[in-house]
Amino acid sequence: MAFLQISDVRKQFAQNVVVKGFDLGIEQGEFISLLGPSGCGKTTVLRMVAGFEDPTAGRIIIDGKDVTPLRPNQRNVGMVFQAYALFPNMTVADNVAFGLKVAKRPDAEIKARVAEMLEMIKLPHLADRYPYQCSGGQQQRVALARALAHKPKVLLLDEPLSALDAKIRVSLREEIRALQRELGITTIFVTHDQEEALSMSDRIVVMNEGRVDQVGSPFEIYNNPATKFVASFVGTLSILKGKVLDPSARRIQIGQHEIVAGRGAINARPGEECTIALRPEAAKLANGQALNGHNKVGGTIEDVHFLGSVVRIKVRVQDNAIALDTFNDPSAVPPERGAPVTVSFTPADVLVLEGA
Amino acid sequence: MNPAQQSKIGAWIAFILGALYFIVPLIGTFEFSLRLKRDEYSFEAYRVVLTDPNFLSSFGYSTLMALITIVIGVVLVVPTAYWIQLRLPKLRPLVEFITLLPLVMPAIIIVFGYLRLYNSSSWIPLTANARSTDLLLAFSYVTLALPYMYRAVETGMRAIDVRTLTEAGEILGAGMPTILMKVIFPNVRVAILSGAFLTFAIVIGEFTMASLLNRPAFGPYLQLIGANRAYEPSALAIIAFLVTWACMGLINVVGSAKQTKRA
Repeated sequence: MAFLQISDVRKQFAQNVVVKGFDLGIEQGEFISLLGPSGCGKTTVLRMVAGFEDPTAGRIIIDGKDVTPLRPNQRNVGMVFQAYALFPNMTVADNVAFGLKVAKRPDAEIKARVAEMLEMIKLPHLADRYPYQCSGGQQQRVALARALAHKPKVLLLDEPLSALDAKIRVSLREEIRALQRELGITTIFVTHDQEEALSMSDRIVVMNEGRVDQVGSPFEIYNNPATKFVASFVGTLSILKGKVLDPSARRIQIGQHEIVAGRGAINARPGEECTIALRPEAAKLANGQALNGHNKVGGTIEDVHFLGSVVRIKVRVQDNAIALDTFNDPSAVPPERGAPVTVSFTPADVLVLEGA
Repeated sequence: MNPAQQSKIGAWIAFILGALYFIVPLIGTFEFSLRLKRDEYSFEAYRVVLTDPNFLSSFGYSTLMALITIVIGVVLVVPTAYWIQLRLPKLRPLVEFITLLPLVMPAIIIVFGYLRLYNSSSWIPLTANARSTDLLLAFSYVTLALPYMYRAVETGMRAIDVRTLTEAGEILGAGMPTILMKVIFPNVRVAILSGAFLTFAIVIGEFTMASLLNRPAFGPYLQLIGANRAYEPSALAIIAFLVTWACMGLINVVGSAKQTKRA
C-alpha cells in the first residue's frame, strides 16, 4: 500500500457530486500536483485529506493508519493556504512556533526548531516582525515554515502561489520544490496553473468534473495526453478536425491536404471525422520546402503574437487554425498577416485524440 | 458660483445646523450647571455632586454592574458570533433579528416580563434577595446591550478570515478552545472593546430596569437628584455625558492605535 492512499473517495454536497470516485496512491516523498480548472474538485480532495471535509464515501490512509474519521488536528498533516492564513496577532517566530506550542514541546526545543525553520526559509531576520510587516512572498515562506515546523507526515499546498506576482511565483516554486526534495516530505499541491504543475511535480493528476482524467509524469501528461480534455487543458494545442482516409496507413485529410498521424488510436472508419492535436512547438514554417517524410499543409497567416522570446503565429488552413511557435530572431522580420505559408510537422507530432 | 461650490456650502450649512442642534442644549446645560452661586459662575454644583456619598455609591454600583455585564456579554456573544460565522451562516439572519429585538422592545416591557417570570413566588425567584436581583439586573443589561455588543463583535469577525484562521489552527494541532483563546479573541480584541465601551455607556445611564428592580444604580440616582434639585442635575448630566464620550474616545483611541500598528 502507498504511503498516502486515497481509496474510492466521493464527496457530495446536497445533490451536487463534487468528487466522483477518486483513487490515488502516493509514495513517501513524492510530489503530486492536482491540476484542473476551477470547480473540478481538486481543492475538495485536498480538504478531505486535511480533514476539513468528510468524504461521503471512501477512505484516506496515511502511513498505514485510516485517518478518515479523525479531526484535522489529529492527522499530523501540514498545510499552506492560498491566503497565507498567518495569525495576525503573532510575530513570525510565534506563528512558526504555534504547532509546537500546541503539542507542548519543551521551550528549548521550540526555540531551536523555530530558528532552524527560519534559517531554512532564509528569513531569520524577520523573526520579530508581524505578518503585516512582511511581503506576500515572505508571508508565504513563513506559512511554509509553520506548516513544516511540527514535522507533519504529509504537506498539503492549496494554491500557495496564486496570490503572488509572477516573478516571486517562479522563484518561490523553485524554493518549495527544493525544500520538499531536501526534507523528503510527501506533498500534494493543488493548482490550476499547468506551468507550476509541470515544473514542480513528480506526477500530475489532471482532474475534470470531479474525476481523474489522467495520472502521469509531467512528460507523459504533456506529450501523451490520454483525453481530449487533458490535451486541451495542459499546454497550448491546436485541435484540428479531419477525415480518416486510411486507418491502417494512418492517413488523414485536413482540408485539401493529406497527412499521416503518428500517435493515438484511430477507431474511426474511412470517411468518418476525427480530431487530431498538434503542439505549437512541433509545427514549423517550411516555406514550401518541408523535409521528406514530414507532413505539409498550406495556409495563410491569420495572426502574429509577439511574446518576447517566442513569436506565436496562427495559420488558417481552411476550417482549421494551427498555432506554431518560433523563437524570436531579431534579424528576421515576422511574417505579415495574410501571407501564404506552408506548415510542416512530423507524423510523430500528430496525436489522434480519444473520443473524437 | 459653480455647482460644486454650491454643494460644498450646502454641506457646511447642514453640518453647522446639525452641530448647533446638539451643541446648543449642551452649552445651555453646562452654563446652567455653573450658576449655583448667585451672580457668579462656579463649579459648586459639581462639588456638591461629587462629594455626595450617594453619587459615589451609585456610580460605583453601576460601574460594577457594567463590568459584570461586559464579561457575561463577551462570553455569550463572541462564541456565538464565531460559531455563526464558521459553521452556521444560514442562521445569521435569525440571530441578527434576535439581537435587534431589544432595540424595538421597550425596556419597561422586558423588565415587567422579568418580574413576572422571576418574582419571589416563581420557580426561579431571582428577585427574592438583593444579590440575585443584582444578577437579574446584569442579565437584563446584557439583553439591552446585545444589539451593540453583537454587531461590534460580528463586524470584527467579518474583518478577519475566521474560517481560514480556524483551519490553520486546527491543522497545526489546536483544538477549538485554544483557537478561540489564542487566535480569534486577540484578533477581534478591538471589536470586543468597542462593544464593551458601548455597553458601559448604556449601563451607566440606564434607569428603567434598575428603578423597577429597585437597585441603587446611577440612573435612578440621576432621576432622584433631577426631581429634587435645580443645578446639580445639570452637573450630573454633563458628568454622565463626559463619561459616555470618554468611552467613545477610548474606542477611537484603541481602534486607531491598532490601525496605526497595522499600517
